[in-house]
Amino acid sequence: MYSKTVMEHFRNPRNVGVIEDADGVGEVGNPLCGDIMTIYLDIEDDIIRDIKFQTFGCGSAIAVSSMITEMAKGKRIEEAKKISNKDVAEALEGLPKNKLHCSNLGADALHMAIKNYEDRKAGITRPQPVRRETHLHKEGDTCYCPYCDVEIRADATFCEACQSNLEDEH
Amino acid sequence: MKIINLDHISANPLLPEVRQAMIEAINTDFGNPSSQHRLGELAAEAIENARRSVARLVNAKAEREIVFTSGGTESVNHAIKGVAWANGDKGNHIITSNIEHNAVIRSLKRLAGQNYRMTSVSVDRNGRVDPAEVEKAITDQTILISIMHSNNETGTIQPVEEIAAIARRHRILFHCDAVDSVGVVPVDVQSLGVDLLSFASNPFYGPTGVGGLYIRRGVRIWPLLDGGIQEHNKRAGTENLIGIIGMGTAAQLARKDLERRMAHTRRLRDLFLAELPKYVDEYIINTNLHHCLPHMVSVSIKYIEGESVVLMLDDENFAVSTRSACATGSLRASHVLLSLGLEHADAQGTLVIAFGVDNAEEEVTAFLKALGKVVSTLRDISPLYKKMAGRNSA
Repeated sequence: MYSKTVMEHFRNPRNVGVIEDADGVGEVGNPLCGDIMTIYLDIEDDIIRDIKFQTFGCGSAIAVSSMITEMAKGKRIEEAKKISNKDVAEALEGLPKNKLHCSNLGADALHMAIKNYEDRKAGITRPQPVRRETHLHKEGDTCYCPYCDVEIRADATFCEACQSNLEDEH
Repeated sequence: MKIINLDHISANPLLPEVRQAMIEAINTDFGNPSSQHRLGELAAEAIENARRSVARLVNAKAEREIVFTSGGTESVNHAIKGVAWANGDKGNHIITSNIEHNAVIRSLKRLAGQNYRMTSVSVDRNGRVDPAEVEKAITDQTILISIMHSNNETGTIQPVEEIAAIARRHRILFHCDAVDSVGVVPVDVQSLGVDLLSFASNPFYGPTGVGGLYIRRGVRIWPLLDGGIQEHNKRAGTENLIGIIGMGTAAQLARKDLERRMAHTRRLRDLFLAELPKYVDEYIINTNLHHCLPHMVSVSIKYIEGESVVLMLDDENFAVSTRSACATGSLRASHVLLSLGLEHADAQGTLVIAFGVDNAEEEVTAFLKALGKVVSTLRDISPLYKKMAGRNSA
């Protein structure tokens, strides 16, 4: 069900670990399933010199984490900010559609880590940013029922086809 | 490299005798069992032989109380919808539990759109339904109680006999979803006192795509499929002859071999449980080991996610099942695991390991080694493990 690239990154994840005294940290999670992705940045002259991740999640979540760290490493932060979840999914040669909105959190975690770095640089101190969202997608995205895969509206709370309550879960 | 199947709750291999019987059936030119000529009679006879074997396996009083279906899901749908529709004049209320299979849950949801109501009784922390709670839920509108025999995610066995007795006392029909129990542990429809019982052929090493529904004589039920008068007018459609022949052979073998199979798989399961602490720490056993199927166990391994474990174990040539939200297609943790009071994050690391007659002791040991390795690899990636480890040592 996963592409070769997803399986390759899942089997050999790049940049796993923690950066002690990181310049920026971002964490995104999904409270419905419990998945968590943490990104650590080492930044010098606004360039991402090193990046590491830790992820608690499925094969797709681990591959996404590995891919985003590869994509961001060595980039200027302004360029890194432009990397979207969609870019990550494309670089992985696609993700199963019912996983697009739950496991594809890499860019969000990266952007939060960059924000955290910028805040620190500006002397703004706030608690380490943590985001917990159940429904991560942008307006205009297509959603699919996680149970039966039929196309549904982004704001749907019920799937007519399989009679499932969806609430926040697609 | 041989793949070791420790996922017998998802699929079982055909026994050689079953395979042989089915191949012989494929090579025989049968007629339509409903035809009056000899080719038809030959087919009808093969079906009735299979029905006899299946009736004996569940100890039905009469063979015609067994209806062949396309599997457990159809049996459950037929029992619930068929009884609800046929008894709608008596009432519209159905009682079930909160750990049933989706075949039950979604059948009831479908009925809710047709003015039926349901009450779902919660299980206790040990994963069992309290019969007294079922009795409390009964109203003068209750027409059916449906409780599973064993749970497909945990293997925990329910107090079916006691609940069936309550149903009988209140003159309410009782259906038992015994898909994971029939042919695996002794299931006797008469001593259990059930009115309807759903089961499938594959759990006892018969082919998939065929199952059965026991309908006690005198139970009012409508067919799910409308058409011909096959299966005593209870299930229309030309019979799945080759599947039914396979199921009959598997039923015969299961009846003869049940005790030995139970002892074999229980030994493997118990070995796994006894040795597990040597390879993995911090896990939760979700199965009620005092009331359970002999061959399976559900274990939640902390700080890691089940789908990742399954994929990595696949690379090590072991097939197991997970109940993590990620793998079930929904983002939501399994309703069965949450009903036991498990946290969302802990539910994520849930593996279902189910042994079969084709497994050997050395496979259990090899599996434990592979599992230990995979768990440690994934915990190294997990942000939760180090945090918790730090907290524990602090």
